[in-house]
Amino acid sequence: MNIAKFDSRFATIAISKIVEENAITKTFIFEYPLGGLPGQFLMMWLPGIDEKPMSVAYDDGKEFWVTICKVGPFSEAMHGLKVGDRVGIRGPLGTHYEIGEGDHLVLVAGGYGAAPMYFVANQAVLMGCQVDFILGARNKDLLLYPEKILGLGENVKLHIATNDGSLGHKGFVTEVLDEVLAENGGAKGKGKINKVFTCGPEVMMKAVGDVCDKYKVKAWMSMEKYMKCGVGVCGQCALDDTGDLVCKDGPVMSFDYLRKLPEMGKYHRDGQGKKHYF
Amino acid sequence: MVNLSVDFCGVSFRNPTVLASGVWGVTAAALRNVVAHGAGGVTTKSIWMKENIGHRNPTMFGTEHYFLNAVGLSDAGIEKAKEETFSEYNKEKPAPIIANVVASSIDDFGEIAARIEECNPDLIEVNIACPNVEDSHGKPFSCSSADAAKVTEIVKKRVKNTPVIIKLTPNVANIGEIAKACVDKGADGFCAINTLFGMGIDINMRQPILTNKSGGLSGPGIKPAAVKAVWEIYRATGLPIIGTGGILTGEDVLEIMMAGARLVGMGTMVYYRGVEGFGLVVKEMEEWCKKNGVKNIEEIIGVAHKA
Repeated sequence: MNIAKFDSRFATIAISKIVEENAITKTFIFEYPLGGLPGQFLMMWLPGIDEKPMSVAYDDGKEFWVTICKVGPFSEAMHGLKVGDRVGIRGPLGTHYEIGEGDHLVLVAGGYGAAPMYFVANQAVLMGCQVDFILGARNKDLLLYPEKILGLGENVKLHIATNDGSLGHKGFVTEVLDEVLAENGGAKGKGKINKVFTCGPEVMMKAVGDVCDKYKVKAWMSMEKYMKCGVGVCGQCALDDTGDLVCKDGPVMSFDYLRKLPEMGKYHRDGQGKKHYF
Repeated sequence: MVNLSVDFCGVSFRNPTVLASGVWGVTAAALRNVVAHGAGGVTTKSIWMKENIGHRNPTMFGTEHYFLNAVGLSDAGIEKAKEETFSEYNKEKPAPIIANVVASSIDDFGEIAARIEECNPDLIEVNIACPNVEDSHGKPFSCSSADAAKVTEIVKKRVKNTPVIIKLTPNVANIGEIAKACVDKGADGFCAINTLFGMGIDINMRQPILTNKSGGLSGPGIKPAAVKAVWEIYRATGLPIIGTGGILTGEDVLEIMMAGARLVGMGTMVYYRGVEGFGLVVKEMEEWCKKNGVKNIEEIIGVAHKA
């Protein structure tokens, strides 16, 4: 029996480096062989504060990154940490994005959804893929990773959308996606775009899925639901109305599956299981 | 063909496995999913009169031998249970549903039991045994015969037509006596065991892993404690029992049924085998019964007492 398989206690690891991405976002780098794949997550524990699911922003087998936006008590406490401070982790957990050799991918990232999308782009380049990376935020100061994405080389084309038009397209990432797919997408498109991956607010991801439908391109997305255990026991992240769990059957799920869910793009549940509409 | 169906207080279950309270029971969809994977019935998470926040994470972790949790009975309250969980689950009910209820005072147990009956559960399971939620004296109600009897009495007074089963703690020396005290006040059956007291310390962080510090111990390591408790309750009362605690396989189900369990609850099992485990366990039971000439699963209930 594989005993380690059933051990979900924490590994205690120290922060190796901290990078300030923007006014509200920091990347924490850990020299630790996590072995995560693009789209997977881990549970991160700050003793006395909380334990939260975090997506993996990069992992090369020697070090991994977690990018954290200041949104609540846990992330604020994370922002107060220094190099050398320790956190508890367990993972990697959940499903990941399937990247095929030679794929032409479109990645659509909203806000801090850019973190896992960056990890996808990084792997995709290593696998000889073409990538259109659509990066969106409310304004140019909140764009995450633009330089890092540009640094991935000529196989990655960066498109920017800001709600206020302070950089790139003024409007939504979905409008840029529509243009990119119109030019390249679908079986008949000249660019042979075969997959769209997206991470961001659920309403945005639903809209991304709808644009993909228009061009008959398959989409996969990173679902974010309230999680407690992360290991398939508590049932907190069960989806309506299949009852599948985001922590085990996700977080990466196909739009073909998600589009049928009555809750997709409409509501989520809190730690007590109560519905909140977006 | 093996007949796996059992009757529990007049409610028919297609097989003896039920989802134990606290696991997967947040939504009707999750409960339906458990039934679709083979469970004979389901139990809700503990339902309170009002919203209960529960404890902050970490709330659970496991190893190959055991699982520890201190979720703190988080719940949205009776209104959500009524309007959502039960109304959706009962639309085309796929299997019997057991409503697990909890309260922090004896009077409130009567109130929640009466309210939950309006939701039409098949059985009402009264949780007086959670190690993570305590009475004003800092102990579960099922730690004393007097308290357990008082809760049973008030619940039975308020519930009109639904069988009432009392969920007991193993953290006592006299579980048989406590069960008997409940029978005297009209308990229709029992569920045993709730989790044992437990704690885990992260040696690198030098502090308890669970935010609540202590938690409830479940998983394969506690099966002997569950078998023993079921044995004692069966011997003391002869009433129907949902045996639960460390049950992972079809063989485990048969073992605790031989101690006296009529239904068998599984919760932590999903950590080790996934929700698919319900179907696997049922298959394992069926195979054993075929090999051993058991035609009707009810034949084996309490059979070890006759040895």
